[in-house]
Order: sequence, then structure tokens, then C-alpha cells
Amino acid sequence: MNLEDIIKGTNTYYCLECGKCTSVCPVARYDKSFSPRMLIENALLGFEDELVLDRELFSCLTCYMCQSECPSDVDFPVFIREARSMAQGRGQHGVCAHSGQLQSLARLMTSPAIKQRRLEWLSQEYRVSETSDTLLWVGCAPYFEPMFEDIGFSALGITKASLKILNLLGIEPKLLANERCCGHDALWTGDIETFKKLAEHNAAQIKEAGVKKIVFTCPEGYRTFKLDYPNYVDLDCEVQHFSELLAEKMGNKSGISGKLQEIRKKVTYQDPCRLGRQMGVYDAPRKILESIPGIELVEMKHSGPESICCGTSAFTNCDAYSNMLRAERLSEAVETGAELLITSCPKCQTHFRCAQVDKGEEHRPIPKIEVMDLADLVASAIGGGGKSSKRE
Amino acid sequence: MAGFEPQIIAFCCNWCTYAAADLAGTSRMQYPANVRIVRVMCSGMVSPLYVLKAFEGGADGVLIAGCHLTDCHYIDGPVKCDAMVAKLRDMLHVLGLEDERLRREMVAASEGVLFARVIREMVEQLKKIGPSPLKARTEALA
Repeated sequence: MNLEDIIKGTNTYYCLECGKCTSVCPVARYDKSFSPRMLIENALLGFEDELVLDRELFSCLTCYMCQSECPSDVDFPVFIREARSMAQGRGQHGVCAHSGQLQSLARLMTSPAIKQRRLEWLSQEYRVSETSDTLLWVGCAPYFEPMFEDIGFSALGITKASLKILNLLGIEPKLLANERCCGHDALWTGDIETFKKLAEHNAAQIKEAGVKKIVFTCPEGYRTFKLDYPNYVDLDCEVQHFSELLAEKMGNKSGISGKLQEIRKKVTYQDPCRLGRQMGVYDAPRKILESIPGIELVEMKHSGPESICCGTSAFTNCDAYSNMLRAERLSEAVETGAELLITSCPKCQTHFRCAQVDKGEEHRPIPKIEVMDLADLVASAIGGGGKSSKRE
Repeated sequence: MAGFEPQIIAFCCNWCTYAAADLAGTSRMQYPANVRIVRVMCSGMVSPLYVLKAFEGGADGVLIAGCHLTDCHYIDGPVKCDAMVAKLRDMLHVLGLEDERLRREMVAASEGVLFARVIREMVEQLKKIGPSPLKARTEALA
């Protein structure tokens, strides 16, 4: 893809240079050298080198804040994504967090010969079914488990909690023993080749499994399957985020509202970019929170469509600015007076937890608040279940 | 697996294992030529990405070898290395890689004999379990 195709494909010609994108951009607020408008202008003026060789190209969070404000409907996140794939072609990768292990694991998962051991955590306590037409997507959780142990985060805790809740709802989902990374991070860092291979592999497996519906505990997988897979693979399946499924089942007869114990807590909710602005799911998680007896939901200064990103996307260019952004978001959470920050994205949780154990803290204090996944909270309300917070 | 010659990437600490490999050579000890040695300044500086990249590039096994716990030139390199390897091992386990493919050893500068033995053992084990499943990455699915 060349620059002109990117411009045409993303409405970039319609840019009015109004600068709304830069004024709402959470990165630009801290990183003064980052400007979405400037990136667009560079493209329109044909300054390819200035665009693709700029380190800042990988600083964009693709949080869709700019796109929701743009009067000309320029698809800035996709513009960034395509520009990054051009940059990849010229040897630019951005600075990968965690030494790039996660990106490397995604590339390794394109190997057809691997037989993963991703379901070893599955115990008798959970009921799964080989013949079910509903699939629970486990995703990166088994890899995140050892990786984020030291920040007290258990991604598998979220999977276990979700599975427990599904069981209680009478759903015994199928789990795939050899599913691959959904490719979200590869796609958004411009590594289209890896993404395509992963997508093809997953689509083939899902077709073979004969499932009708896939449930995601992670908004990134959900988005990728719903919006991005159709452009690359043929997948005839309904996809749903766990919170949507749960909200649906909350009200009706087979629902679990009656089985929820009281939790006396004030909580606030972080809308993940992928679930909120990108997929438009704002009400489902709130409905769930409100139906737990004793829970009082208070909103942060920026919430819903205006909610601020957790500071890093696709594990790339996580820097001091990202941490400033996280500190800001965490202080908004603390200001509400809530004891718990609830989110429904595993990655939001890693970033918020990581910021709170950051070693550079003596220079800039980071507000402290416990972070928890929505599924974990519901699981603790029904008694037991997985727990994604620290395993004592 | 007839005729299979495993490829091993060995990250060796400059202060001990690299010298041990040198000693094994100058003492004319015999060990298989399946190993490619990468000299690093400390086992503690080996990033998990180095190991993953080696597998991406088609290595059948990776060896990280450095000083004994109390010998480190930089005080606590081996402790760091052990912590990194423990985490990485868990991830490689999920990925479906056999445990033998990643080996962590402590070989002092005087232990040329040990170095030769480690390589011999590793080649033997890898020959038994065959080529890395990650090797086919580039050819298939394309």
C-alpha cells in the first residue's frame, strides 16, 4: 500500500486542518511533539519520510478519541495503522514494551506445527463441553499469566471467573486447545503478514470446531474478530463480549441476579477504548455493576465516549508520557471516592497495575486504587471464582 | 530422526562460560559442532527476546550459560538470569516447546570439561526430540 492509497482509503483528503484531533488527543496533551494533525498534514503534503520514519508514529494509542471528534470523519486510527505497515516495510517497528516478547510470541504462534499447552489451568471445577456451539476465547491469558505475575495480575483469573459465571448461567462453552493469538497487536503495529497468518489459522480452527458464537473476555479480541477478521478471512460466526452476554442474561428468568450476594463497595468504571468508542458497548458493563446489590457506581470526570485510554496500546511505545497519562486517569478514579476501579479489558488492568508499582514513583506520585475486572467482581458476588488480583 | 543435526544458540558470559569454551578448545576437548556461541557481557543481560528471536530464526535449542551465583562480575547477574529464565520457561511451556530446548547452566572459566559435557548432552537430547516445531514457521500457512 502506498501513501496515496492510504489517504484515499481513510478520508484524509477531507481534513479541514481544524486541529480538533490534536486538542482531544490524550498523548498530545503530554507529548508536545506528537500531533495527529501534523501526521495527517505530512501525508497530504507527500512527506512520506517525515511520516513513516517518525518515532511518534508508534506513539498513537489508536484510542479513537480523535476520530470521534473529527468533523470530516477522517479515519485516523486506520490511517495510523496503514502508515505503520508502511513503516514496518522500511524497518521501523516502534519501541516494543517488555522487550518485544509479546510481539515475538505472536510471530512464533504463526507456526503450524506447535501444539500449545494453553489449557493446563482447566480443572474439574469448570464445566466445558466439546459439543457446545458457544466458544469462550481464552486469548493471550495463558501467556500473560507468568509474564505479569510480578505486578500481581492474573489474566487467567478473568478467564476462570468468566467460565464460572457462564457455568452458572447454564452455558458450558467449548475451549480451543490450540487457538492462536488473535493478532490485534500485530495488526495495529503494522505487521500485516503475521496478522494474516494468525487470522487464517484461527478461522480454520473455528470453522472446524463448528461453533456459532464466540464470547470474548478481552475487548481487543472482540474488536479484531468483529471488525478486522472480515477483511481478511471468511468467518461466519456471531461474536460477543462477555459483558454483553452477561447483561443480556441478567434480566431474564435464567439470569443470575437473584444469586448475587451483597458487596458493599463504591466502584468506578474504566471504558476500554476497544469496547467503548470502537464497539459502542457502554451500557452493558454498567447494567451489570448496578445489578450487584450493594455496589455503588460513580463515574469519573471523563467517562463513556469521553473516557481516557489506559496509556499504551499494542505494547508499543510505552514511555514516560504513557505513565503520566495513567497517573492522570488513576487520579480521576481516586477523586471519585471509589475503592475499586473496574474495567473489562485485561490490558487496561496490566497497565494500571504496572503504573502503580512503577519504580520511578518518587519523582511523580501515582495515585493508588485497586483494579479489578468486571468478571472477577461478578464472580466474587456469586461466591468464589477466579481472582485476577494478587494471589496471596 | 536420521541425519538431523540440531542447531544450538549459546549465550555465554564473557567472564566465565566464554572462557570455559575457549579452554575446552585450547585443551582440544571434543564436543559436537552444533553450537553457535554468542558472547554476552553477563548472563543477567540476556533478554527473553534474544531467546525468542533465536527460536524465531530456527534454533532447535538455546543455552544460556554464565557464572556461578557467587562469582558474578556484576554481583547479581545470575540471579537476574534465573528469574528471567523461570518466567520465559513458563511461556515456552504454554507455547508447546519441550523443556529441554531451553537450558540454563552455570559454567566457571575453569570448567572447560563441563562446557564440553553440557554441549554433548544437549545435542544428544535434541537429537532425540527432533527439530523445533517453530522451524516450519516461515514455510507453512503462507
